[in-house]
Amino acid sequence: MSHPDPGFVSMSFDSDTQRKIVSHQRTWSPYVDNGGTVLALAGRDYAIVAADTRLSVGFSIPSRNFTKIVQLTDQAVLASAGMGADRQYLHKILRSRLEIYRYQHQKEMSLGAIAQLLSNTLYSRRFFPIYAFNVLGGIDANTGEGFVFGYDAIGSFEKVKVVCSGSGQTLVQPVLDQQLAGRQKYDVPDDQRMASLSLAEAIELTRDVFNSAAERDILTGDALELYAVTASGVRCERFELRRD
Amino acid sequence: MIETPTHTTEPIVTGSSVLGVQCVDGVVLACDTLASYGSLARFQRITRLHQPAPGVVIAGGGEYSDLQQLFRITDNIFRQEFCQEDGYELSPRALHSYLARVLYGRRSRMDPLYNSLAVAGKGRFLGCIDLYGTAFESEAVATGIGALLALPLIRKQWHAALAMDEGVRLLEECLRVLYYRDCRALRSVQVAKVSDSGEVLISEPYELSNLQWKVAQAAEEV
Amino acid sequence: MLLEQDFQGFSFDLFLRNQQLLRRWSNESKERIENVLAKPPRKTGTTIAGVLFAGGVVLGADTRATEGNVVADKNCSKIHYIASNIYCCGAGTAADTEATTQLIASQMELHRQAVDRDLVPVAAAMTRLKHYLFRYQGYISAALVLGGVDELNGPSLYTVYPHGSVDQLPYVSMGSGSLAAMAVFEARWHEALTEEEAKCLVYEAISAGIENDLGSGSNVDLCVVKNGGRAVDYLRGYAKENVRVYRKPTGHVFARGTTAVLAQELRKYVQVTRVVSDL
Repeated sequence: MSHPDPGFVSMSFDSDTQRKIVSHQRTWSPYVDNGGTVLALAGRDYAIVAADTRLSVGFSIPSRNFTKIVQLTDQAVLASAGMGADRQYLHKILRSRLEIYRYQHQKEMSLGAIAQLLSNTLYSRRFFPIYAFNVLGGIDANTGEGFVFGYDAIGSFEKVKVVCSGSGQTLVQPVLDQQLAGRQKYDVPDDQRMASLSLAEAIELTRDVFNSAAERDILTGDALELYAVTASGVRCERFELRRD
Repeated sequence: MIETPTHTTEPIVTGSSVLGVQCVDGVVLACDTLASYGSLARFQRITRLHQPAPGVVIAGGGEYSDLQQLFRITDNIFRQEFCQEDGYELSPRALHSYLARVLYGRRSRMDPLYNSLAVAGKGRFLGCIDLYGTAFESEAVATGIGALLALPLIRKQWHAALAMDEGVRLLEECLRVLYYRDCRALRSVQVAKVSDSGEVLISEPYELSNLQWKVAQAAEEV
Repeated sequence: MLLEQDFQGFSFDLFLRNQQLLRRWSNESKERIENVLAKPPRKTGTTIAGVLFAGGVVLGADTRATEGNVVADKNCSKIHYIASNIYCCGAGTAADTEATTQLIASQMELHRQAVDRDLVPVAAAMTRLKHYLFRYQGYISAALVLGGVDELNGPSLYTVYPHGSVDQLPYVSMGSGSLAAMAVFEARWHEALTEEEAKCLVYEAISAGIENDLGSGSNVDLCVVKNGGRAVDYLRGYAKENVRVYRKPTGHVFARGTTAVLAQELRKYVQVTRVVSDL
């Protein structure tokens, strides 16, 4: 695991904590990789956000039912791979920020604003990163069109059609690129390829790639949680994966 | 600059595994009564189970001084809650969440409390927290080396209709296996039962019975 | 000069190097020295186990081979042949366990012919293995469960550690899933197992490893050696409980034109030349 450079430890921590971070670094790591795969996929009138539910530490499985997904609004769902505790922290503060926004503005935060809020939250910990790799999916409240955002751990993000993160990323992303984004099919624009995929087909594809990831990635498995976001609301489904 | 450490760099006096299982009529927690000093079985009759309020029990492994600190923290928040006199009480789930924040906060300040905890409570609540603040609820929990030795056994034998008495027997079987194979485990154990309605029964320390050493004889014969 | 060479891979220079480094770094901290001297751990997950019963021995193994976090082989075979009455489960680096068991298997066959007997003693294989592994000081990462039946000692079961130490017990397990497997043995084993009970117990132990250890997975293989070493049940795929749950019904269809044609050039064979060699 790479650590923050001791010379640039967090802006948001006092000097005492910073010194501890520096002096601790050799002996204790505040990070742990809990594995798992997350995925988000945008269609013309829907978005899918999916993740497996395994929590692993080293070679053992403390929990087979540890959710990586949080529903932020009726139009936005977030999934995060990486470290379990950092993920829970991130989901908690995002939910509370959105709650405050609701009280202040008497409306839901838009998907685009949530995307920026997440980026800002991650970047606020630039020098003591939140070890979570996020994918945010949802629909535009006005048009109903699906959108997906992919992030790195410190807040760089990009609007995409399909994205996968976590331990199964290297297995899943190339398949999604080939099947959906049409990276190898030069004459068909990305948007058209995605537009032709129905929600039911997208769910089939998501289940398929997660089963493939569970076959070959030892950190992915147990169960698949799948959130489908459409104009009529958010639907959550659960499917079993192999448990070995 | 040389400074006095104010934090646990490595655990000194440690407790080993903690086990927990959800049953049809409540939750059972179990652990031994040993606090080791390195490889020395230093304190053999300490308790690692704690009841901060009616209907809640927490159990912990790892650095024992940090565990006592956590017990004090828990007592304090329940005392504050009691003094509010607002008719509300802190649920086991709320305590579980609170302790997860405490542990996560400490790890984020690079000053970890070196423990893993199991929280049991009324309403069939069973949760687990590690020193990073990773918290989850589960029908079966085991911390430390128990995650490797006991969890496979609990998972294999767990079923939705498990009664608390069966749960106690199951955890005793696991404690027996831990006593055979964990160098930091002891024969003297404690079991806590928390019924659905919040009735708590923490046993006095007792010695595991039915220990089986026939393998020694068989090993001599082979 | 020694410091500059690439230490990856197998090297006989390590002992010399370690001595030199120890001399050079006599003032360095213990931690630093251990960090450099330690052989980089290459953990390949596995659950292997064995149990004795009155008439023989049951060996068991999972079938997952890993490279880091990726499953390299979903159905590999970890119970290796040593002799007609001896089999050996291997955990650790696949190449080491295979090469080691093959070497000892051929030595055992030569030994059998030299002494002109039907069956070789299991202890002979165990001794060869431990001497061989000891000579390499743990650098051959083979953790083995050796079992068989012979005329001398009847059913025998050993574990051989990578550094060359040996255990002889009525039930044993090895590999990253060994704790899960051993927990099952400690809870269920008794001294009067029948063949069927022993098979069942080993199956339970291996499947505990498969379910709870990420380094182990897929199927359970069993191997029973019995009847004085004259009968072997090699049960490849004894249990196949971990299979893919779902597959997309339509499969993945690659329509014609999926790969774009960027340039095209047609050539026709216009002349066929026959080359005749003088030789």
